[in-house]
Parts: sequence; C-alpha cells; structure tokens
Amino acid sequence: MCESCGCGDINLVPIEVQQRILSNNERTAAHNRHHFLERSLLAINVMGSPGAGKTAVLEATACALDGRRLIGALAGDLATDNDAQRLTAAGIRAESITTGSACHLDASMVHHALHHLPWSDLDYLFIENVGNLVCPAVYDLGQAANVVLLAVTEGEDKPLKYPVMFHKADLVLISKIDLLPHLPDISLDRIVDSLRRVMPNPKYLAVSARTGQGIDEWIAWLAGQEYVADAEPHPRHHTHAHV
Amino acid sequence: MVPSPDVMHEYSIVQSLYDAVASHAARQGAKAVHALHVRIGEMSGVDPGLLDTAWKTFRVKTICEAAPLEVEIVAAEWRCSLCGAPVRRGAVLVCAACGAPATLKQGDEILLDRIVMEVP
Repeated sequence: MCESCGCGDINLVPIEVQQRILSNNERTAAHNRHHFLERSLLAINVMGSPGAGKTAVLEATACALDGRRLIGALAGDLATDNDAQRLTAAGIRAESITTGSACHLDASMVHHALHHLPWSDLDYLFIENVGNLVCPAVYDLGQAANVVLLAVTEGEDKPLKYPVMFHKADLVLISKIDLLPHLPDISLDRIVDSLRRVMPNPKYLAVSARTGQGIDEWIAWLAGQEYVADAEPHPRHHTHAHV
Repeated sequence: MVPSPDVMHEYSIVQSLYDAVASHAARQGAKAVHALHVRIGEMSGVDPGLLDTAWKTFRVKTICEAAPLEVEIVAAEWRCSLCGAPVRRGAVLVCAACGAPATLKQGDEILLDRIVMEVP
C-alpha cells in the first residue's frame, strides 16, 4: 500500500533478474566435473530411448576393454536395479540411481550416488541416464561428453523429432546395426542425414553390441577423450570426502 | 488431468524457478509476487505449455499464488560459425557459402528475466 499519500495503490516493483533457472544444477554439475577432472576420470553421460541398447553397449564395452581400463557406472532407472545388476555381472563397478517416477538424472542425484560408489580409482565412469529422449538433455551432470544411442529400429527421423537431445550429443552411437538386413526400409544414410540437420558437426559410429561391430572404434573414441582437459581450480570450498 | 509432479522435467524446472523467485522476494521483503517473466528457447528442451501447467499447480498457497507466468519464446537461430550467414532450421547445419558448421546463436535459453513484486 502506498503510505505516503493514502491513495490505496499497492506498491509494485519490477526486479530485473536475468538468471539461469537451472543455475543450482549447473553449480552442482561444475562441482562433479571438478571431482572428475582432478582424478583424471572420464565421465560419460549415456542417453537414449528405453531399449536403445545403452546397457548392452556398456556390457560390450567392458568385454572389449577386458580389464585394460577400470570402469564404473551409475545406472538411472525408474523402478528396478536390473541395469546395475547386468553391468555388475559384466565386471563394471555399478550403482543404481532409482529415480522413482522422475524422468531424468540431475547433478545432485549423481553427486549423491558418488558417495555410494567407490569411484576415485576409476578410468571411466558411465552415467547411464533414464531412457528418454527429452528430459535428460536439459540437465548437465558434470560429464566430459554426452553420448546418445539411436537404435536403427527407432526410425530414421528420431533426430528431427528430438533435436535438443541430438544437438547436445558429442557422439551418437547408431546401435543394433546387426538388424539392418532385416529392416529393408531403414537406411543408415538417411539416419545420418537426419543427424546432420540437428548436429552442426555430427560425430557418429555404427555399432552392434551383439556382433561387436564398431565397438573397437567406440573404444578408440573413448581413449581419445581421456586427456581432453586438465583440472581447473575447485569451484567452491568443499571439505567432505568421497569414497 | 494434471500430470503427476515427477513425470515431466518441467516440474523440476518450476521448483528451481520458485526457489529463485522466493529468494529474491525474501531479500526485498515482498508481500506477494504479481508476475514472472521467463525466456524459454525453442531448443532448450523445455515445453512452455507444460511449464505453465506445472507453474499453476506449484504456485498454489505460495507467495506466488497470484503470479502468472509470462513466457517469451525465443526462436532457434543458427548461423555460420565463420562468416555469420544464417543457416535455415531443418537444413543440413553447414554454411552454404563457406562450408563451415553452424552454431546455435539463440534458442537454448532457460532464463528468469523479471519478477514483479509487491513491496511494503
């Protein structure tokens, strides 16, 4: 209420803020990223539809690396820990992040899970996001790179339908290519054309977890990501220890 | 039907938005918030309609109860990373003139621009 003249008007003030709405998540992601960089750990955010083959590709990755790299994984899952169990059976040190009904992982879920997974000696940490081509694209987790899986069975135009997800991909793994002979209407060229319309500089590999095709190239891509950045100063003071 | 709070990420964005607004309102000693202006890019991954639905559910019985969410949608704009020429949306994202990859100049914003609040 305006009290100076008693006119009865309420006193409305516009405040210019210009603030990123997800700045809290971005701060936590920067914090995670710093942890990863100071331990020279390559963290990869693995995204894709339910059933695109995220877990299968990670199993094939562990098999191909055959102990040459120490691998860990955080598996985001709505309701089960099936993926973490499969990853553990493949020799990956894995922890589930059960999200309940939440559709994506955020940086604080990852940070919390790191308190339960001994990670500091790992070479690679795969963060297997919730199967979803929309929500996970919005949240930085502190990863070094985003890898998006696209199974050939999903259709050639998925990148055009979910441009945000594919635009954010540093690498697309076109998966289940062993099925191509059974899919006469699906063309790898048309999938790549869709990628080129949402990714200015598309990087992709065609892989099959079942036959192992393309897995060596994927392993080589991972090795090329290992020394991309040196540790930067810690973004904020922090005294808690991680296992 | 109102979607359940967790099945779309717009609810989690609204939670972050509310936290930011409540913190500014407390700092100003505001009695109520009357409007919010946000800017959402077409390539941000946030659906303005779902954001509005989530906001209307979330604001009930808060200091923002009477505050509509005014959303400015920012169109995606691609330009050549070298010569700056526009690259049409939906086209292969390479400059027709010089062959360099395009970059997204605008359209990925998720921003709280302005809060209109009632102060004593």
